[in-house]
Amino acid sequence: MADIVVKTEDVVKEYRMGSNILRALDGINIEINRGEYISLMGPSGSGKSTLFNMIGALDRPTEGRVYIDGQNMSQLSQKQIAAFRCHRVGYIFQSYNLLHVRSAHGNVTLPMIFAGISEKQRNEKAEKLLDMVGLGDRMYHLPDELSGGQRQRVAIARALANDPSIILADEPTANLDTITGREIIDLIKRLNLEQGVTVISATHDLKMLDVSDRIVDIRDGLVERIRNRDEIEIEVGEVGGEGE
Amino acid sequence: MQQRTPIEEQIDLPFVESLRISFQSLKIRFGRSIITTAGITLGIAFLVSVWTNNEIGIALQESGRQSTINTFEETAEAGISTKDIWLIIMSLIVCVVGIANSMLMAVTERFREIGTMKCLGALDGFVVRLFLLESGFQGFSGALIGALIGTLGAVLLGLKDYGLDLFFYFPLLPASPEDGPMQLGVIVIILLGCILGMILAVIGSSFPAWRAAKLPPAEAMRTEV
Repeated sequence: MADIVVKTEDVVKEYRMGSNILRALDGINIEINRGEYISLMGPSGSGKSTLFNMIGALDRPTEGRVYIDGQNMSQLSQKQIAAFRCHRVGYIFQSYNLLHVRSAHGNVTLPMIFAGISEKQRNEKAEKLLDMVGLGDRMYHLPDELSGGQRQRVAIARALANDPSIILADEPTANLDTITGREIIDLIKRLNLEQGVTVISATHDLKMLDVSDRIVDIRDGLVERIRNRDEIEIEVGEVGGEGE
Repeated sequence: MQQRTPIEEQIDLPFVESLRISFQSLKIRFGRSIITTAGITLGIAFLVSVWTNNEIGIALQESGRQSTINTFEETAEAGISTKDIWLIIMSLIVCVVGIANSMLMAVTERFREIGTMKCLGALDGFVVRLFLLESGFQGFSGALIGALIGTLGAVLLGLKDYGLDLFFYFPLLPASPEDGPMQLGVIVIILLGCILGMILAVIGSSFPAWRAAKLPPAEAMRTEV
């Protein structure tokens, strides 16, 4: 039996925009297996980022349930949700979301401070992680002194600080050039393969298809279809061909 | 779906850690902190100068000395005139609005940072405590500097009005003369100014910080200023 790490049941999210109600998610049902690399695909406004927020406990669904590791997220206390965000998930955002007043090293140590890890241990771990993402020589630079690709590397190192079992990446390559984007994708894929981290990525970057195990197509707040890797490879070829 | 290890509760960080992070934050955004603190300094300086000036006027009039410059009507009145009360109230309002505005802006521009910290595992209480510490420190230091500047301003004005007599009758300590209005004294006014500055700064920042901390992180990070 597959080991399901994330399961959503009829997840609905509505936003109130003045007097209008916008239904961003209209009943999403998906199951994600441990160790999988999943891409949530869809055009802007399709609801993929909203779903990403629901899975990462960054927002609450209006209706429906999200289960992580069999745990109904809506039943968790505030302290449990904070611990979940701190220990179980590593977030990577399109706009990096680094704290610009803290150095690369300071950003990577922050989640470890929240986890109560000793100063010595967190310094060692931050150095190791920044070395791993290729920023060993720019550890004490502020985010403003780093390029987009380097900032995203810091964000990846920060996401890994507390050894999460899930990496949630919201359009991690959208602000990067093709080559840097490719490097970031390769880095995330390596973590997925070597450390068995489950990767859930909201994206409309076609390069992400290549490395995904499955793609969940989201359209108008609904799951349009779920494709597995074999289908992906065929379609990537077609898309690449069309573009040339 | 099989149940893995249950999700534990997030730990509360020790106070020292909050103190360290808040000081670090103040130090790194020193320029911005100075601007916020300057807002507090100005408000309190204005209030304290008006108040102290008034006290000096009363003390000197109580002693029988008269201003060398003040108009006849002003010196003829002993005690706090309606105009003085009006001035103090106005300066208090300017001070309250100025400080609240400074703090509100300083916190609102950090909503994204608050959202990010919550993503990394910060508890709501920790976020609020961080801002409380930062604003309390900014409030106290800004108000202390403001109170000293305000007192200095009032002393200079008093020197101009009363000459060196000012120092013989300087209302340093509280006094309650039998035939005159009660005087708080400059030391008490400085202390009150510091406390007021600190309280206003803490209230001004803790409300928006609390509101931001309660928001789901996704919403806090979406907030554009």
